[in-house]
Amino acid sequence: MPALSQYLVLSALLFSIGAAGVFVRRNLITILLSIEIMLNAVNLTFVAFGRALGSADGQIIVFFVMTVAAAEAAVGLAIVIALFRHRESLNPDAFTTLRW
Amino acid sequence: MMFYLFAAVAVVASLLVIGQRNPIYSVLLLIASFGALSGLYVLLDAPFVAVIQIVVYAGAIMVLFLFVVMLLNAPHEDTEQDERVHPLIRRGAMRFGAVLAVALIVELWWALMKAGETGEFGNASVSSVAAIGQLLFTDYAFPFEVTSILILVALVGAVVLARRDPAGAAALRRR
Repeated sequence: MPALSQYLVLSALLFSIGAAGVFVRRNLITILLSIEIMLNAVNLTFVAFGRALGSADGQIIVFFVMTVAAAEAAVGLAIVIALFRHRESLNPDAFTTLRW
Repeated sequence: MMFYLFAAVAVVASLLVIGQRNPIYSVLLLIASFGALSGLYVLLDAPFVAVIQIVVYAGAIMVLFLFVVMLLNAPHEDTEQDERVHPLIRRGAMRFGAVLAVALIVELWWALMKAGETGEFGNASVSSVAAIGQLLFTDYAFPFEVTSILILVALVGAVVLARRDPAGAAALRRR
């Protein structure tokens, strides 16, 4: 049976991978996917701490985080679609001005 | 033992997500990573979270991503302008990532030293869905209702943003 610290190390690893993805990739959709990886790493931390403290609050926070992630994905992907219509590109470097 | 299996699958799949050039493979690998995380939630006595991880995350959110990837039909990253050097060895991103990773590891080490516990979880687990629902509709009733407004706003926002040439934008351009 693994202890809390192992879950925390795994969560830190996943969060680092997600953060690296945001900085390294040059594709808006992959960047959004990396944000999802980070959100899931944090979810794992919440559930692990909730289990360690014998409380259900961690699981409830995960429920809310998932709701926010769903809203973020919907709005983020809508923005990606709108941007792609204007520039025919998913490279974030193509969108450096605040006007079309 | 199962922990290490699921952890390895989650880490390897996540690494491959950010290593892929084709976003369709990235999305499918991320679904595999979420499956492994769901297994970890089962190990943590959280069956409710494990199930909504599969149903909501892998089932709904990732299908939304897959839908957009296929709709845009632009699977590969632009290679002509920035891929002279592989993204992992570009200087600025690499330096920033190294600083970030070191900060995270130091914080984690500090937290583990503070916690100072090893071995199994001492407390009893709360795994019953009924208990979670009870808490959600009593102590967390207000955040729960606010969540519904958030979803509504996201719904309207997504429709407005993704609409093809909205009338409002056309009127703004004429002015």
